[in-house]
Amino acid sequence: MEPSLKLLKIGLVKMFHLNDMLFAITADQGGWELFKNSLLPMIKGGIKYTIPLTLISFVAGLILALLTAIMRLSKSSIVRTPAIVYVSAIRGTPLLVQLFIVFYGLPSLNITIDPFPSAIIAFSLNVGAYASEIIRASIISISKGQWEAAYTIGMTQNTALRRIILPQATRVSIPPLSNTFISLVKDTSLASLILVTELFRRAQEIAAVTYDFMLIYIEAAILYWIICFLLSIVQQAIEKRLERYTAT
Amino acid sequence: MLLSIKGLAKSFNELEVLKDIEVEIEKGKVLSIMGPSGSGKTTLLRCLNALEQPDRGIFTFDDGLTLNFEKKISKQDALRLRRKSGMVFQSYNLFPHKTALENVTEGPIIVQKRNKADVQELAESLLEKVGLKDKMNLYPHQLSGGQQQRVGIARALAIEPELMLFDEPTSALDPELIGEVLTVIKDLAKENWTMVIVTHEVQFAEQVSDEVIFMDGGYIVEHGPPDKVLKAPREQRTQQFLQRILNPS
Ligand SMILES: Nc1ncnc2c1ncn2[C@@H]1O[C@H](COP(=O)(O)OP(=O)(O)O)[C@@H](O)[C@H]1O
Ligand SMILES: [Mg+2]
Repeated sequence: MEPSLKLLKIGLVKMFHLNDMLFAITADQGGWELFKNSLLPMIKGGIKYTIPLTLISFVAGLILALLTAIMRLSKSSIVRTPAIVYVSAIRGTPLLVQLFIVFYGLPSLNITIDPFPSAIIAFSLNVGAYASEIIRASIISISKGQWEAAYTIGMTQNTALRRIILPQATRVSIPPLSNTFISLVKDTSLASLILVTELFRRAQEIAAVTYDFMLIYIEAAILYWIICFLLSIVQQAIEKRLERYTAT
Repeated sequence: MLLSIKGLAKSFNELEVLKDIEVEIEKGKVLSIMGPSGSGKTTLLRCLNALEQPDRGIFTFDDGLTLNFEKKISKQDALRLRRKSGMVFQSYNLFPHKTALENVTEGPIIVQKRNKADVQELAESLLEKVGLKDKMNLYPHQLSGGQQQRVGIARALAIEPELMLFDEPTSALDPELIGEVLTVIKDLAKENWTMVIVTHEVQFAEQVSDEVIFMDGGYIVEHGPPDKVLKAPREQRTQQFLQRILNPS
């Protein structure tokens, strides 16, 4: 089958493979009843896709970011340049375009990846680039005296980085990284456009049946808001804890 | 003799900071370095600790290690040089995420891979020596400047260096905290540690030093025992400098 036809087939199957719960929703429902009936499918989309997508991409992105940040601090331009190009390319292009390249673009090179892993790849690469800038800045923010103190007790550059610099840089980078995390939760809604049935795709599917766009999309917005609100409480708690150790 | 330095020179870009420095460091003796700000004292200490790479010069140690800086020395040689000395910084540079005790044990455990229980015992005795055994589980930000600097001294002693380097160890301290740090250094002198100390404390230098160097403009201007250099300096520049710090205003 032509790759594009195959894709279309995947898309159609996904679209009409509506969950049992969606059959409880019909066009003649309205108001509160529709709101209630839509809640479960959306939350299910959130738990099954939005949250795992966020968590996996964030962790993979952080690993990539640490690697990139360390490469960018290297004295060798052969090591530095790929990292610089990667960060520049990701920061200079829209996330949606990155998603489309992975999901709709790669099949023409005979690489076909399912929607969910495609989203993981695109989001991880995206987080990796932005977070590497945060980590790099936090490494640079640690005073030169800390490196030198580490050297004078005999440490090599790698040991100094691992034992002395990174633990301090981590504390500096946690507040901006938690902002990245919260942005990522919201950005995962773009995965709906590559057919991942996450929270917002569920909302679109329901709205397509009921035509009650305002109600359904407001409902989706509230759900995102609740997730981000809870995360910001966690963020504040972590920052309070960190303050205890970073006083200088 | 522990170390002999010959023809040491160092420039930063166009600025010649050290010009043909010759020094001999005797085992078990205290050498103090004085001189106006910008005369190259810190740079000299940093060369001894391989934090700066000299442009020229030869270091000869009593164990046969010889480093000629005419060409860039290898990473291993820089590490060998660095591991001979411990450094105490003007701004302490303690590791803020580690307790006083962990600051002291970090070098012996992580770098020297020594037995943890032994190092724990060593670190506690070093902190006792600097009068901070009861504060060993506190973090640097919970300590006063004088206490932090004493932890800094214990951290440098813990790697058991042959040579201790002090770069204005009391310059960042409030006047009432200077004494406690100087007392610790005097105790080390009594234990015959080999030390190079950059300081502006004239009275302390008189008491603790076996030899004093006066530097100006990247040169050693005057060099001798403290009762000569500090009490009866020959050079006009030394006289003027001492005049200024003994009678400020
Ligand atoms: N890393 C550096 N880059 C450029 N100039 C430096 C550097 N370190 C020191 N200098 C300059 O070298 C001179 C001597 O500095 P320093 O050794 O710190 O003197 P001192 O400790 O006697 O005050 C000063 O003019 C200082 O500005
Ligand atoms: Mg100095």
